[in-house]
Amino acid sequence: MTAVQPHLPVLQVVIPLLGALLAGLLRRGTSGFALALAVSWLMPLIAVALLCQVLTGGPISYHLGGWPPPWGIEYRVDALNGFVLVLVSTIGAVGMPFSYRSVALELEPRQQAWFYCMYLLCLTGLLGITVTGDAFNAFVFLEISSLSTYVMIALGRDRRALLSSYQYLIMGTIGATFYIIGVGFIYLLTGSLNMVDISARLGAAWASQPSAVIAALAFVTVGLSLKLALFPLHVWLPNAYAYAPSFTTVFLSATATKVTIYLLIRYYFTIFGVSIDFRALPITEVIVVLSLAAMFIASLVAVFEQNVKRMLAYSSVAQIGYITLGIGLADQAGLTGGLVHIVNHALMKAALFMSMGAVFYRVGTVNLKDLAGIGRKMPITMAAFTVAGFGLIGTPGTSGFISKWYLALGAFERGWWWLVFLIVASSLIAVVYVGRVLEVAWRREPSPAIAEASDPPLTMLVPIVLLAAATVYFGFFTEWTAGVAGTVAKTLIGGLK
Amino acid sequence: MAGELSPGLILIVGALLVPFLRGRLRGAYMLALPVLAAWQLLSLPYGSFGGIEFLDMPLVTLRVDRLSFVFGLIFLMAAFLGIVYSLHLDDNVQHVAGLVYAGSAVGAVFAGDLVTLFIYWEGTAIASVFLIWARREERAYRAGLRYLVIQVGSGVLLLAGVIIQFRQTGSIAFDHLGTQTLAGVLIFLAFGIKCAFPLLHNWLQDAYPEATVTGTVMLSAFTTKLAVYALARGYAGTEILVPIGAAMAAFPIFYAVIENDLRRVLAYSLNNQLGFMVVGIGIGTELAINGTVAHAFCHILYKALLFMSMGAVLFRTGTVKGSELGGLYKSMPWTTGFCIVGAASISGFPLFSGFISKAMIITAAMDGGYFWTWIVLLFASAGVFHHSGIKIPYFAFFSHDSGKRCAEAPGNMLVAMAVTAGLCILIGVYPRPLYDILPYSVDFLPYTLEHVVTQLQLLMFSALAFTVLMRTGIYPPEMRRTNLDFDWVYRRLLRSAALAVGGLARDAWKEFTKVIKHAARGAAHVVAHHHGPDGIMARTWPTGVMAFWTTVMLAAYLILTYL
Repeated sequence: MTAVQPHLPVLQVVIPLLGALLAGLLRRGTSGFALALAVSWLMPLIAVALLCQVLTGGPISYHLGGWPPPWGIEYRVDALNGFVLVLVSTIGAVGMPFSYRSVALELEPRQQAWFYCMYLLCLTGLLGITVTGDAFNAFVFLEISSLSTYVMIALGRDRRALLSSYQYLIMGTIGATFYIIGVGFIYLLTGSLNMVDISARLGAAWASQPSAVIAALAFVTVGLSLKLALFPLHVWLPNAYAYAPSFTTVFLSATATKVTIYLLIRYYFTIFGVSIDFRALPITEVIVVLSLAAMFIASLVAVFEQNVKRMLAYSSVAQIGYITLGIGLADQAGLTGGLVHIVNHALMKAALFMSMGAVFYRVGTVNLKDLAGIGRKMPITMAAFTVAGFGLIGTPGTSGFISKWYLALGAFERGWWWLVFLIVASSLIAVVYVGRVLEVAWRREPSPAIAEASDPPLTMLVPIVLLAAATVYFGFFTEWTAGVAGTVAKTLIGGLK
Repeated sequence: MAGELSPGLILIVGALLVPFLRGRLRGAYMLALPVLAAWQLLSLPYGSFGGIEFLDMPLVTLRVDRLSFVFGLIFLMAAFLGIVYSLHLDDNVQHVAGLVYAGSAVGAVFAGDLVTLFIYWEGTAIASVFLIWARREERAYRAGLRYLVIQVGSGVLLLAGVIIQFRQTGSIAFDHLGTQTLAGVLIFLAFGIKCAFPLLHNWLQDAYPEATVTGTVMLSAFTTKLAVYALARGYAGTEILVPIGAAMAAFPIFYAVIENDLRRVLAYSLNNQLGFMVVGIGIGTELAINGTVAHAFCHILYKALLFMSMGAVLFRTGTVKGSELGGLYKSMPWTTGFCIVGAASISGFPLFSGFISKAMIITAAMDGGYFWTWIVLLFASAGVFHHSGIKIPYFAFFSHDSGKRCAEAPGNMLVAMAVTAGLCILIGVYPRPLYDILPYSVDFLPYTLEHVVTQLQLLMFSALAFTVLMRTGIYPPEMRRTNLDFDWVYRRLLRSAALAVGGLARDAWKEFTKVIKHAARGAAHVVAHHHGPDGIMARTWPTGVMAFWTTVMLAAYLILTYL
């Protein structure tokens, strides 16, 4: 253990990368699954060990290949990304058992091993973005995760999956390009790619060439906004989520956008924020406005949506709005709310998409009109959906309430009463779109088409129930969500200029 | 930690096991829960426990003092009796919902801070609606939905008030609040909705009669009395409560008299009884608060008893319409007897529980110099006697024989009613134990010559009027029409006045809703146009358009920043 301990940061990335290579060689779905499962279950152990180490002993710096920063690539774990590492790896670990049956049903046998290969690559990329302390290295991992994501989406049975994947590919590439242009600007200005180093040098650049710094900030913001699906750059997301295989949607909705949000927070609060007062720039106001637009417009679209997966995808866009709202507020309570919603939303959305995956597994459709009375046939699945749905609304007693509580407090700190009102009002739209599904699922008589349906096998059911239970648990016990997020937010806000 | 467990949580957590049990075991287990909770309550000394830190706020999840103790005790008694009454059921939805509902109410009573109060407050709302939905009829479903909206609305107001209170004072302690601040007003309204203040009351008469046979018994005990407790805690001595309470005590009488659904009659009379309590809180003297608490205590018992007896009738005959019932005393003699005990208690006959508590409030009104309130309360007392004391038993069990023949109520219902009736009489005859646990020390003697004579006069004149009118043949011989004729005064006078005012109001309302509906439809159309399946916001944009927007966003950031 002591021999492994110093290398934990790099193991977090290398193990899934090697796993992906192996999975590609295996060629058999079952062995691919076993490998992915083993890797996925190992990841949270490393992540939790890292987070505990960071919380007690401060940030960890790991020099790749022994090259010291700023010349070599540095992996740097602090409370912020330790928190995200735990989230991403836990979602992978909890969701993995679900994938077995779901992938076996939805994909052809010859594709299955490749699917697990892509999943592990995607995991590599996401964990890499999180753990790295190097701006260009983050771009590389961003591309690794994106490219594997395109494949994972394109493997969907629905033919529209191909077009969605293609659109995502174009948009994702544009986003990555914008991001790398931003990094290019930064490199020109500071001569460094190491994040800590950049933050130290940016002050001088700001004094001499403020407009170039702003251009860098704008490019990074727009590039990442595209990847995290901030309104109005979200249009690739609903189709990608709706037509991808069930497990892809579960995994991506809970992790991919969240990791990009992390990267945005990293840039705002620990790179730019340290040397320039970005809160004085209109960028925060723009983000608040766009977040509000997302919260309302995407929620309203969800109200009218017939395909439940697509409805949940639009709801994701809206929920991302809550998170970016917290970033835009940029005060202690608001940022805590945004950070805590990263976790809470990941857990509840995974539960929701999983229960729809289970429904698809049993009845082969997730169109609302075909789901009449599904609650009576699949009671546990739909009970979990109901609980997580309440979380989405933000009912007290669920984790969603905690997030919104902090966001509301953040709005208070700013003295924006109207914003508190808008947060509550947008939750009411969630009542409508969640309520629509609940009404159909529980109140209608089961149609003959779903007469044979029943709760899915335990490998699917247990993850669903666990995640739904987490929604309730974190509604009451917030030490590991709001507690850690509060500490992180305090450090971030405290470090701002 | 186990030593500081809230008695409410025992019920709530205990409820989760109920679906896994069957038959007698389940019955015994459910009965054990309130007993266990009561034992826990009795073993707790006065003080604050269960402090936890939640979202940077110190919560006091368990505060036991004289006020919360009485309410906690009666809630647990009501829960126990309600469970006995529902033992014959094999419906886990109702069992679990009933227990969670009772547990939330108990938990709310022991909440030492507003956030804990809010959580349990919403718990009562959500759990109780299942007692309405469990009837599994479309009507009940709709009524339940309306009920839920109102109850959650009350919760939202409470939450808003709590947040403002917290921001302004930094404290979330649940003590005297007062209506001087915005937070105080919002919380006051939240309590008021749950307490069924006039104009905020309709959910009660709407929903309670639609609930299941056993559900209504539970509902009648907790929601409104929780609000009474909360008002007594936060707004004792708030002057505005006196006229509100007086109005509450008076106006439902008219509705109760003309209503045919006997459970709805009881719902109106519930409203009217709450009026007495609200007046007591408004007066706010020691005697008045004692009276309010004592009245809530007695009221929970006799109102539950009345709802139990009507529930038994509904259970056996399938209806509680006054016009379809009558003569049931032959089939259900025991139920008849218990119903009469309940009716005597609510009417305030000496030696029954209503007398010893109502007298305290009325005396407090007199002592406090509220002459007109006193008059209204006397009038309300007479009214109660008419609609609950005479009308309910008369139409259900006597009146003209409807020809319905049914079995006596099931054994468990009879036991529940017998125990409740016994308690009503016991408290009426021997009020000392109740007086001893009231918030303030009691030196009030209910059985003075003055009290007894006043009350008897009131009741006798009511009864006399009724009898004289019958004897002199002003009433037609057919009993069914007695009710209608007796209503004549109210209905003609009130109705012609009400029709005139109501007609105007209705037209205005119609126009108003037309405008609103039109606007809403227009707005919905616009929303659907843009957000509906083919709307601009829901369509899949061409890739080029997406790329274009990316550029727009970049330009927006740059331009805004450079400006």
